[in-house]
Amino acid sequence: MTRKDSLPVTDAHAVKVTGVSRIFSIKKKPPVTALESVDLTVAPGEFVSLIGPSGCGKSTLLRLIADLDQPTAGTIEVFGKTARKARIDQDYGIAFQQAGLLPWRTVRANIELPLELHKVGTAERRSRSTELLELVGLGDFGDSYPDQLSGGMQQRVAIARALAESPNLLLMDEPFGALDEMTRERMQNELIRICAETRAAVVFVTHSIPEAVFLSDRVVVMSPRPGRIRSVLPIRLGGPDDRSEHIREDAAFFDGVSAVRESLHGTPDTGNARGVDTR
Amino acid sequence: MTAGSSWWRRFGFGLLGVVLLACVWELYKFRGPAEGVVIGGVTVLPRTTDLAMPHIWVMFQRLFEPVTSAAGSPPMWLAVLQASAFTLGVAGVGWLVAVVVGILLALLMQRFRTAEQAVLPWIILSQTVPLIAIAPLVRRWGSALEIGEFSWENWMSVALIASYLAFFPISVGALRGLESPDTNHVELMHSYAAGWWKILLRLRLPASVPYLLPALRLAAASAVIGTVVAEVSIGLRGGLGRMVVEFAAAAGGDPGKPWAPIFGAVLVGLLAAGLVSLIGLTLRRFRRAEVPA
Repeated sequence: MTRKDSLPVTDAHAVKVTGVSRIFSIKKKPPVTALESVDLTVAPGEFVSLIGPSGCGKSTLLRLIADLDQPTAGTIEVFGKTARKARIDQDYGIAFQQAGLLPWRTVRANIELPLELHKVGTAERRSRSTELLELVGLGDFGDSYPDQLSGGMQQRVAIARALAESPNLLLMDEPFGALDEMTRERMQNELIRICAETRAAVVFVTHSIPEAVFLSDRVVVMSPRPGRIRSVLPIRLGGPDDRSEHIREDAAFFDGVSAVRESLHGTPDTGNARGVDTR
Repeated sequence: MTAGSSWWRRFGFGLLGVVLLACVWELYKFRGPAEGVVIGGVTVLPRTTDLAMPHIWVMFQRLFEPVTSAAGSPPMWLAVLQASAFTLGVAGVGWLVAVVVGILLALLMQRFRTAEQAVLPWIILSQTVPLIAIAPLVRRWGSALEIGEFSWENWMSVALIASYLAFFPISVGALRGLESPDTNHVELMHSYAAGWWKILLRLRLPASVPYLLPALRLAAASAVIGTVVAEVSIGLRGGLGRMVVEFAAAAGGDPGKPWAPIFGAVLVGLLAAGLVSLIGLTLRRFRRAEVPA
């Protein structure tokens, strides 16, 4: 696998968000502050989750980093470049809650889409897609069409597609949100493995506390109206090798879950979670 | 296998419909009053005389007799086939022009919001102008057109009028199709830093196929109707339109005769729809519906 060697030595951040605000102004209505002076840095190879109730701006923040939307104030740097430059240079791969596969393309052609758009040769595309199909465990499904796959398999194809150009940064917006609980846990295990193999930094939006704790190096807890970062919690569950299934039963895991939950509610957990999905 | 058998099923049901229609026709002719059903001085159902409603076998028999009693007159079926081929050809040219114009208009409207607001009302308005009104105009403008070796001919006027009728469903259908991709897909393409052209080729055009195919079929039917009507109002010889008018005059003494070009028109319509379906078969891949994750 060829890694992009465009990492600037001078800047050690994968993502650097400084004083970012985003205000949506809708005609004839008071403006909505989706994000207010948010600061956040993500180190190369680090897994950071954004968690919070609906309307806390976690998806907005991800879209700003992806340059699918522009901040009203503040700056965003991705590998020391502007977000726009990083998008044009394909420094990140992105996956949404909906797999968003093109139904008329085979699984393989879907994975090759970004490569095709950037004029990568046929042979190289082919070998890269074969590699990625193996990585996400869909080696036998290259010639299937998306409608022949289950939701979990479709989402794995979407992740493979996001990894196609070996990005150093992976942006994921509730990628497992539409999956059932069992598929979801399996996908989380696979994501840990994939991240260990690719060493990409990940910004992961979720509303599931256990998911955030299980996957992340750091969990960013956000609060709504206006969207702000309430706290950043480091999680220490060990490296990818130790983070297998049994860790979900571990005391450290439960401590992490409690810490995130307390931070979300602003008070020690009293058992009556409001507005928070405790999956 | 299942696809094949379902095809036969549909074909069988289609045939059943035609047979039913023939039965209703003959039944009414057999049981209905000779002077038709008249309520309050208005004829609600037609007369059942052989002149007004010839037997179906009379219509078919007529196909195998010569067109006129003059010596050397070709058999009716041959004349109708020739006229059908002519009409189908002109309609085909009209359809092609309509496809090009319709898709270009849709692209323009998709690309520029303001164009959609400015052009779409005119496109809709254009269809309220009766064909009969524009036919003489098109003919007059056409005859004034002469560039070097090229001179405008009447069949071109007919094709143009056919395309005028046919471009409408295409431009509306193509516009809906081009605008059909989810924001999800469009944003994904933006994240790949793909420009308008690449998004068009990889996303919008393939996504528009399910919308475009019914529009193409509708346009084919419109092109055939437009051609027949324009043939009549422009007075173009050789096609079905003129034949319908000419043979209608003979209905008094030869009731089976006017039905021959009508059968021709049905044939042309079926062929046109069939050809468009063939296009649909080659584009099958683009008609897969995505199962949401």
